Amino acid sequence: MEFKRQTLPNGLEVIAEVQPEAFSMSIGFFVNTGARDETPELSGVSHFLEHMLFKGTPSRSAEQLNQMLDDLGSQSNAYTSEEQTVYYLSSLPEFQGQALELLADMMRPALREEDFETERQVILEEIAMYDDQPPYGAIDRLMEDYFQGHPLAGRVLGSCESVSQLKTDAMRRYHEAHYAPNHLCLVAAGAVDFDRLVDQALEATQSWQPRPRHRVTQAHQPKTSRHLLVHPPAIQQYTVAFAPGPSRSDPEKHATRLMTSILGDDTGSRLFWRLVDTGDAEAASLFTQEYQDCGVVGIFLSCQPAASSSNWIAIADELKKAMRDKLTESELQQAKNKVCSSIALAAERPGNRLFSVGNAWTLRKTYETVAESVAKYQQVTVGQCQAALEKLLSAPSVIVSVGPEENRELSDAIASPSLGG
Amino acid sequence: MTNRPPEVFIESLDNGLTVLGEPMPWLQSSAFTLLIPAGTVREDEVLPGSAGVLQEWMQRGAGDLDSRQIVDRLDFLGVERSSSVSSLHAIFSVASLAESFEEAMSIYAKIVRQPHFPQEELEDAKAVAIQELHSAEDDPAHRCLRGMKELRYGTPYGRSSYGTLAGIEAIDGDSLTSLHEDLYEPQQAILAVAGRFDWKRLIEQVNRLFGDWTKGSHWDRPEVTVRSGAQHIPHDSQQTQIAVTYDAVPYEHSEYYQSRGLVGVLSDGMSSRLFTEVREKRGLAYHVSASSQSFPRAGNVLCFAGTTRERAQETLDVVLQTIESLGESISQSEVARLKTRIKTMLVMEQESSMARSSQIASDWYHLGRVPSRAEVAGLIEAITPDSLIDHFRRHPPTRWALVTLGGDPLELRHGI
Repeated sequence: MEFKRQTLPNGLEVIAEVQPEAFSMSIGFFVNTGARDETPELSGVSHFLEHMLFKGTPSRSAEQLNQMLDDLGSQSNAYTSEEQTVYYLSSLPEFQGQALELLADMMRPALREEDFETERQVILEEIAMYDDQPPYGAIDRLMEDYFQGHPLAGRVLGSCESVSQLKTDAMRRYHEAHYAPNHLCLVAAGAVDFDRLVDQALEATQSWQPRPRHRVTQAHQPKTSRHLLVHPPAIQQYTVAFAPGPSRSDPEKHATRLMTSILGDDTGSRLFWRLVDTGDAEAASLFTQEYQDCGVVGIFLSCQPAASSSNWIAIADELKKAMRDKLTESELQQAKNKVCSSIALAAERPGNRLFSVGNAWTLRKTYETVAESVAKYQQVTVGQCQAALEKLLSAPSVIVSVGPEENRELSDAIASPSLGG
Repeated sequence: MTNRPPEVFIESLDNGLTVLGEPMPWLQSSAFTLLIPAGTVREDEVLPGSAGVLQEWMQRGAGDLDSRQIVDRLDFLGVERSSSVSSLHAIFSVASLAESFEEAMSIYAKIVRQPHFPQEELEDAKAVAIQELHSAEDDPAHRCLRGMKELRYGTPYGRSSYGTLAGIEAIDGDSLTSLHEDLYEPQQAILAVAGRFDWKRLIEQVNRLFGDWTKGSHWDRPEVTVRSGAQHIPHDSQQTQIAVTYDAVPYEHSEYYQSRGLVGVLSDGMSSRLFTEVREKRGLAYHVSASSQSFPRAGNVLCFAGTTRERAQETLDVVLQTIESLGESISQSEVARLKTRIKTMLVMEQESSMARSSQIASDWYHLGRVPSRAEVAGLIEAITPDSLIDHFRRHPPTRWALVTLGGDPLELRHGI
């Protein structure tokens, strides 16, 4: 396995983890733009644009483009997050040339008016689909509450209103500003011919002009709020909390992730034994979300509405108990083994390595081998996890819960401003 | 080439357990899939959900390990695992780095053969099942598909693995221990291993773990009954979920790959017909798909879409028209894409021990053998536009069923 990188004269970075003996190769364009780079009136444009990139280019109709992607036998797709838009495909090595030519062409879409209107309907359906599913918009509401006044407050999908009002001209301008070559990274993994990839990228992108970058980053001001929403068709009560956590570049993130695993992984964690194994809750978990300038430690509880208050109190109790009685060496070792084994198992597929390598480079400007990633976790001490827990318990938190009806007991149970009570 | 090892090693133990092994020495991992004929079809009819609760209870202490030790040890070994029940099987799927694999398998041998059935944990196991049932009911797509399964197959094949609230509440310890005694037997069980392992050493271990397991009695699977009809499930939601099913040849049929090819033309990739007609041209839905589903001697195609209420009838009509269009024409380029796609999938399957162990277990169950990649590639290569159209005309969609959830009831037009 060998890491290679080159920056083209137009600013496009090309990186690859080359593994000549792999069966397949994966390539993708990682675009440094997402919901946080949108103004409120453009809410949802990054995601809408992601859909539009599959609707054709000046020289290819949507149908031709889709057929050519399928001609490669590829698993191709894309996603949009708060900070990134990623287009990728996995295919056999013999298709590398065609795959790159096609993906590069997609980065310069036609954005035709008639396609725009049809796709708007698809996105409105996508919004409706997620609104009908648990936790019924609670995460979007939580992001809005928690990040109020911060660029991360916007919804990735936008709202029905913002998507309905979006115009092609505005999307064109957004595309020009955010899809310049110096905002993109071409990432590859698996059986890739890197020198050829660079030559092809040079040819395919020679007319692309760099543009200045302008992402607003700012410190997040922790705040406290509680919101209980009612969604009558719901059977379960879904409660989600956010408190401050490490950012992507924060060296404390490995310890924080391991702390959340010890306390709130979906098997073998303290919350698992207290609430999930007993059937008191369907899920009771801790997780982290990391961004460029800040991060979140989250808690998720899904259970029957009548049990939600006692379950929430039990979660707070477990966290406080862990603070008081300390985490143990054997718990930490177990969490490390789980995380490290999962990294190693996922690494068997170039399709998975693409994201590990691409995210590390585009978000943190680093490359880590599997062994180096594993080593970062192995170095974490119990004391560091304990410190991460202490921060969590003393921090202000934002909570949103949704269930079939008003829930006074839960409202009382979550009233304390910090998770430590 | 005469000394080349087989793609898949096969051994049948004296007690009937079939052991399959596909070496993938280029991987760091190994995986196994254990299929035991203890699915929902064999539940007591007044205790739907018991196969799943049994599987949950079994994992709460076995052999020399208590409930906590099982989870802790598997976590310590970094084992990725899942357990589930289908209509026909209890399924245990396990993957780990090769060095942890033998211990992982030995823990599962204890779970399957020597569960403690601690009485004090039975209520917890039932409560877990109730939580899972409630959460599944909150997912509109799940509810619609559950409704389709019940309508399509009735009892026993239409049972959901989640069971019913009444069924789970009625379960007692005796009913589960006798279910375990009757169903967890090696005679028709399949253990399929793929990844980095040594076959000789594996078979020695399997013999140590499972060799003295009592054979048990042969189970004759009931015939699958398939029903047509329509049902609407009222639900307060923005979208209507639409599930449509029709007959197709089953997995063991000599022309299965023709049928699978037709589903591919409908639904594989972004240039497929359903995606093009429903989403790309009309913007009717975000999700639309078709898939092949198969019980022994009963194959199906299941189409699924979600769309807002006003556009639901149009979406259903377009789905049906698109299915009918398969009998009119299929292009060379559609077939070429289909072939490339399936052949690519066959190559990429070699990157995952878990995917491969699951596939060979399923192949063995349905076919009694594991076709080589070359054989499957040959069957795919034999597909032509004419062969697909011919197959569609000789096996036209019949016995339609429609289940919708949310919005208004829909009408199956087109003379169905």
